[in-house]
Amino acid sequence: MAEQAHAPAESLALREQFNTPEQQKESSTFGMWVFLITEVMFFGGMFLAYTVYRNTYPVVFAMASTSLTAWIGALNTGVLLCSSFTMVMAVRAAQLGRRIALIWFLVLTLFLGLVFLGVKAYEWNQKFVEHHIPGAHFYFEGAAEQGPAQLFFSLYFAMTGLHALHMVVGAGILSWLLYHAVRGRFTAEYMTPVDIAGLYWHFVDIIWIFLFPLLYLIDRHMR
Amino acid sequence: MNTAAIETQENYLNAGYGLKSWLLTKDHKRIAILYLITITIFFFIGGIFASLIRIELLTPQGNLVSSETYNKLFTMHGIAMIFFFLIPSIPATLGNFFLPMMIGARDLAFPRINLLSWYLLVIGGAFAIFAMLAGGVDTGWTFYTPYSTTYSNSWVIATALGIFVSGFSSILTGLNFIVTVHRMRAPGMTWFRLPLFVWANYATAVIQVLGTPVVAVTLVLVFCERVFHIGIFDPNLGGDPVLFQHMFWFYSHPAVYIMVLPAMGVISEIISVFSRKPIFGYHVVAFSSMAIAVIGFLVWGHHLFVSTQSVYAGLVFSFLSYFVAIPSAVKVFNWTATLYKGSISFATPMLYAFGFIGLFTIGGLTGLFVASLGFDVHVTDTYFVVAHFHYVMVGGTIMAFLGGLHYWWPKMTGRMYPENWAKLSAAIIFVGFNLTFFPQFILGYMGMPRRYHVYPDEFQVLHVLSTAGASILAIGYLFPMFYFMWSLRYGEVASANPWGATGLEWTMQSPPPVHNFDEIPVVTHEVYDYSTVVKEGVEVG
Amino acid sequence: MNEHVDSVKTYTAVWLILLALTGITTGVAYIDLGAFSVVIALFIAAVKMLLVALFFMHMRHSTKLTQLAAAGAFLWLFIMMAFTLADVWTRGLVGTQGR
Repeated sequence: MAEQAHAPAESLALREQFNTPEQQKESSTFGMWVFLITEVMFFGGMFLAYTVYRNTYPVVFAMASTSLTAWIGALNTGVLLCSSFTMVMAVRAAQLGRRIALIWFLVLTLFLGLVFLGVKAYEWNQKFVEHHIPGAHFYFEGAAEQGPAQLFFSLYFAMTGLHALHMVVGAGILSWLLYHAVRGRFTAEYMTPVDIAGLYWHFVDIIWIFLFPLLYLIDRHMR
Repeated sequence: MNTAAIETQENYLNAGYGLKSWLLTKDHKRIAILYLITITIFFFIGGIFASLIRIELLTPQGNLVSSETYNKLFTMHGIAMIFFFLIPSIPATLGNFFLPMMIGARDLAFPRINLLSWYLLVIGGAFAIFAMLAGGVDTGWTFYTPYSTTYSNSWVIATALGIFVSGFSSILTGLNFIVTVHRMRAPGMTWFRLPLFVWANYATAVIQVLGTPVVAVTLVLVFCERVFHIGIFDPNLGGDPVLFQHMFWFYSHPAVYIMVLPAMGVISEIISVFSRKPIFGYHVVAFSSMAIAVIGFLVWGHHLFVSTQSVYAGLVFSFLSYFVAIPSAVKVFNWTATLYKGSISFATPMLYAFGFIGLFTIGGLTGLFVASLGFDVHVTDTYFVVAHFHYVMVGGTIMAFLGGLHYWWPKMTGRMYPENWAKLSAAIIFVGFNLTFFPQFILGYMGMPRRYHVYPDEFQVLHVLSTAGASILAIGYLFPMFYFMWSLRYGEVASANPWGATGLEWTMQSPPPVHNFDEIPVVTHEVYDYSTVVKEGVEVG
Repeated sequence: MNEHVDSVKTYTAVWLILLALTGITTGVAYIDLGAFSVVIALFIAAVKMLLVALFFMHMRHSTKLTQLAAAGAFLWLFIMMAFTLADVWTRGLVGTQGR
C-alpha cells in the first residue's frame, strides 16, 4: 500500500499530547490563527498611531506620501500578491502530495519575497539619499514644519521595517520548508507546516495590502 | 507515614534527574515548577525594592536615598512585581500545572512553546535585572513619554526590551491555553463541566492574546525613539504623548484582569471544596469571567482622566468603568451564596479565600471611587490609588495565589504543608497587609502624592503605620517559603485527594505521573459533584 | 483543509482580481475625490484582504471558531482605534484649556 511509505512520516509527526492526527492538525492550524490575531494587534498599534497623526496633519502627510514612488509601491504590491499565489499553489501541491510542484512553488514564493525585500531596500536607499530618514539629517522640502513630516517618515520606516522583518522571518520559514520538502518530509497526510506557514505568509501580505494605499496613495491627485 | 512509597512511585518529579531533564522538559508540570522558582525570585526582588521604599518613607525628609534613586526604586518595584511576578503568576504556575489535568489532557497543545514561554520570561527577566544592576530605570513602570523616550538618563532600553520579551512569554502562554481548552478536552468534558479555574484561565488567555501585542509594539516605538531617534511620541515633532498613554493603557488595564481573573478562578475552586458545595450560579460565574475580559478592554481611558484626554472621552470611559465592576461583584455574591449552608472547613486555603473576598471587595469598591471622573481628579496620583491597586493585587491576587499554592501543594509535591504554621502565616499576612495599605487610603485622601519620598510632617504617623505593616507582611511572606521547603522533606505524605475535592487532578496520585492519564478519561458527571468523592482521600499505591 | 482542495482556476482568478484591484486603487488615487479617496482606498484594501483570507487562507472552509477568532481580531483593532480617536477628535470641544 502507498500508505506504508507514508506511515512512518505520519507516526513520527504525531505528538504524544494529541490523540489523533486530526486533533493535531486542527490544533496547529487554530494555533497559527490565534498567533495571527496577536499580529493584527501588534501591527494595529502602529496603524493606530498612523491614523491619529494623519488625522492631525493631513496636508503634511499627503505631501510626504507623494515623495514616495507610487508605481514602485504598486509593483511591490503586485510582487507580494504573486508570492501569495505561488504560496497557496505550494499548499495545494502539498495537499495533493506533489513533491516536485511543492518544491518549485516554494522556490518561487521565496524568490518573489526576496524581490520584494530588494525593492524595499532600494526604496529605503532613495529615502536616505533624499534626507528623509528621521533623525539629525532629516530635511523635507516644502514642509513649513519639519516635525509632522518627520512623523510621517518615522511611521513609514517603523511600519515598513516591521513588515520587512516579518518578511525576513517568512523567508527563513520558507527556507526551512524547502529543506524539508526536498527531504520528502511532507505528504498528503502530513503537510501541516506548509499549511500554517502559508497562513503566516498570506497574513504578511495582507498587512502590505493596507500599508500600500495608506503610505503611498494619500491624496496623489494633489500632485 | 510511609515515605518510602513516595520515592519508589513513578511521578513527574523523579521521572528524570539532572539539569537537562528540567531545562529541556516538555512536561507542563515541570515547566510550572520552573516558573514557580522564577517568579518567586522576582517576588523577592520586588519585595526588596518595596522594603527600601517603605523604609525611606518612615521619615518626612528624603534622607535615605536621593530623589533620583527613589524614582528608580518605585519604578523597579512596579516592573518586577507586575511584569515578572503577577502577570505570569497563577496562569504560568497553577494554570500550567493543572489546566491540562482539569480538562483530561496529557499536556498542553504545544509543550515546546510552553517551554519557550518560560525561557522568554527568563531572558526578559535577565534584561530587566541587568538594567537594575547597571543603574536602574526611573521612568515609573508606566514609561510615560517624552520622559522615557527623550529625557531619562536611565536604562530604559534594556528594561523595555526585557518587558517586550517577557510579553511574548505571556502571549504564547495565552495562545497555548486557548488552543488547549478548545481542542484538548477529554470526551464528555463539555464547556459547562469545566472547573471554573479553567474558565478563568481561558478568559485570561484571551486578554493576553489580544492586549499584550499592543504594549509590545508600544515599547518597540519607545525603543525606536531612543535608539534611532524615530520619534512618534515627541512633542517637538508634533507628536502626542497622550497617544503613548492610550497605547500603553490599552494593554495595561486589561493586564490587571490578567492578574486578577486567574485568582478569582482559584477562589472559586477553594470556596467550593471547603464548603463542600457546588459553586452557586456556575454558569453566571463562568460568563462573568468572559465579561470581565471583554469589558476590561473598554475602560483604559480612566488612567488618562487628567492627561488632557478630552472630557467626552473621559465621560465614556468613566461610565464604562462602572460596568466592569458588575461581573466582579457578581462573583463575590456567588461565592458568598456558595458559603450559605455549606459545610465550611477553615483549612489554610479557605482562610486565604476569605481574606481574598474581603480585601478584593474593598479594593474593587475603591476602584469604583477612582472610576468616577470627578473623584479621580482629586485622588489620582495620590496614595489612594496606590492603596486601591495594592488591595486588589496583593490583598486579592497574592492571597489567592497563596491559597491556591496551599490547596494544590499536596498534589504537586505529594506532601502536606504544616497546617498550623500555615494558618499562622495567613493571619500574619492578613494583619500585615491591612496595616500596610489601609493607612494609605487615608494618606491619599488627605493629599499625599504617590512617587514622592518627601512629604509634610503631618503624614508621618500614617506612613510609620504603613511601614510597620510592611514589616509584618514581609515576615508573613517569609514563613511559607520556609515551611514549603521544609515540607518537601518532612511534610506528611499526601494522598491522592486529601481535601475530598472533585476535579480530574484529584483522581490521580500525588505527585502526578508524567503523562497525567494512562487512559484519557471519559467524563460523565457534572463539575463540583461532591456525591462522588469521599472526604478522606485514598492512600497512594 | 485536507478535504477541500481548491482548483487552480479558483486561485488564478483570485490572483488576477487582486492584481487588478491593485491597479485600480493606484489609478483611483490620482482622481480628486476629496475625503472619499481614503474610503475607497480602504474599501478596496478590505476587499483584497477578504479575497486573500477567504481563498488563499482557506477561511471559507475553516471552522466557525477560526472565523470568529479572525473577526474578533478586527473587532478589537476597531475598539482600540475607535476609543482612541473618540478622544483625539473630541478634544477642545468644551473650550477649556487643555481639555
